[in-house]
Amino acid sequence: MTAPTGEAKIELRGLKKSFGAKTVLDGIDLSVGAGESVVIIGGSGTGKSVTLKCILGLLWPDAGSVLIDGIDVTALSGRAREAHTAKIGMLFQGSALFDSLTVWENVAFALKTRSGVSNREARNIALGKLAQVGLGSDVAALSPAELSGGMQKRVALARAIATDPEIVFFDEPTTGLDPIMGDIINRLIVDCVRQLGATAVSITHDMASARRIADRIAMLHEGRIVWDGPAGDIDSSGNDFVDQFVHGRAEGPIEMAVRG
Amino acid sequence: MNFLAPIGRVFIAFLVATGRLVAFAAVSVSHCVRPPFYGRSIGRQMIQIGYFSLPVVGLTAIFTGMVLALQSYTGFARLNAESAIATVVVLSMTRELGPVLAGLMVAGRVGAAIAAEVGTMRVTEQIDALATLSTNPYKYLIVPRLIAGVATLPILVLVADIIGVFGGYAVSVHSLDFNAANYLKLTWEFLQPLDVITGLVKAAVFGFLITLMGCYHGFHSRGGAQGVGAAATNAVVSSSVLILASNYMLTTAFFGA
Ligand SMILES: Nc1ncnc2c1ncn2[C@@H]1O[C@H](COP(=O)(O)OP(=O)(O)OP(=O)(O)O)[C@@H](O)[C@H]1O
Ligand SMILES: [Mg+2]
Repeated sequence: MTAPTGEAKIELRGLKKSFGAKTVLDGIDLSVGAGESVVIIGGSGTGKSVTLKCILGLLWPDAGSVLIDGIDVTALSGRAREAHTAKIGMLFQGSALFDSLTVWENVAFALKTRSGVSNREARNIALGKLAQVGLGSDVAALSPAELSGGMQKRVALARAIATDPEIVFFDEPTTGLDPIMGDIINRLIVDCVRQLGATAVSITHDMASARRIADRIAMLHEGRIVWDGPAGDIDSSGNDFVDQFVHGRAEGPIEMAVRG
Repeated sequence: MNFLAPIGRVFIAFLVATGRLVAFAAVSVSHCVRPPFYGRSIGRQMIQIGYFSLPVVGLTAIFTGMVLALQSYTGFARLNAESAIATVVVLSMTRELGPVLAGLMVAGRVGAAIAAEVGTMRVTEQIDALATLSTNPYKYLIVPRLIAGVATLPILVLVADIIGVFGGYAVSVHSLDFNAANYLKLTWEFLQPLDVITGLVKAAVFGFLITLMGCYHGFHSRGGAQGVGAAATNAVVSSSVLILASNYMLTTAFFGA
């Protein structure tokens, strides 16, 4: 499934990022082909969210490059960079809904920044996206603070895909959802990739979800990608880190910083 | 030589903070003049910053005008110069007290609110989300607040001037037995347009400083509820100090040392 370098939609080369003395990313190399769905797994605090933010330009990497459609976006600034970021829809781990706006205004937000989309059209598209994530028009006029955490997550998902972006990032899309809704969301992500031809990068701790949505799985540990392969190979990876993570064992090469 | 190190560290930290603030202000102002503009947000901020500050600014102004009249009466009566009261009230209000007191009250009310709102948006990643939705956070969040601050503070100060003069008039006529028509005549006699205009220019500068400090501290807040609380406090303290300091400099510039 791995796309050859020439037609990679997103390519990370030697990406490094530190916060003060703390090194979070220590040379990430990852390539995501067009129309591919990649899931990044890894322990809590290993820098999965930081990786996505570096690609989006919300954080500046200390070293390395981020190529989108073959163009190094870390070398761009201002408008040119924004044009690349506009291709990407992002579901934030904490939802990040605008609490000064209603639910449908949140979902329609990016649509309204485009010229030629009327208020009514934007609202209709928003209601359609909300229906896709299992939310009826009765919640559309509520404020995000009036929703449960799982409902907020689904609104955030609807907002991320509202403009049918070429690339979508899902940061823990199913965390906090019941198993049935989780499966609906998994299917929605698969549909996004299969039907719309979007390129997806998801982060999850939920291995069932990872198996369901991934073409390829990459494991992040101590600032590097320690394993990267087809989703079907995840149980026979021969990699101790991956085995320990997939089976959720406390003993293994990954030592969690727990002090007794 | 060790005692120099902490001083140097504080000084360098101060320079770094000043540099960051100036850079933030420069970027924000440059976005004020480049499209797209969010007219609706500007309108909403004008109502938040201007209209809803009217009660607190009005109350501050009326009591200040009243106490000015009372206190200057105590002083001038000893010199048989009671007729100077009207002039003292109107000049103090328009030149200094109107802009400074309105500025300080708005700094407490609006500066804290802006820092808390923008700070919460920062720590809940809403500002990051804006950027991913093809919206520049400076244009959407900062510019409307700056414009609203610069535009509404002069109006608030004009209202404060009028109410303050009225407060002085009410006390003089009702408690100090002044003749109403005579008091008004004295009020107008020595008032120059420049007295009012310089006050309004000060107000615009204060409006910029208040909203800038609110946005700056909110935009750079870190670490959850505590960080947002600190941002609100810092916004109020820094804008209050800046108002008083810049007031002195503007007075010097307008009227000479
Ligand atoms: N803005 C920041 N400033 C300082 N440190 C940060 C910042 N953002 C992230 N970090 C640090 O980087 C590390 C990685 O954070 P990140 O959010 O990427 O973890 P994660 O892999 O997404 O974990 P989780 O699965 O729990 O979401 C953490 O230790 C965090 O403390
Ligand atoms: Mg994360």
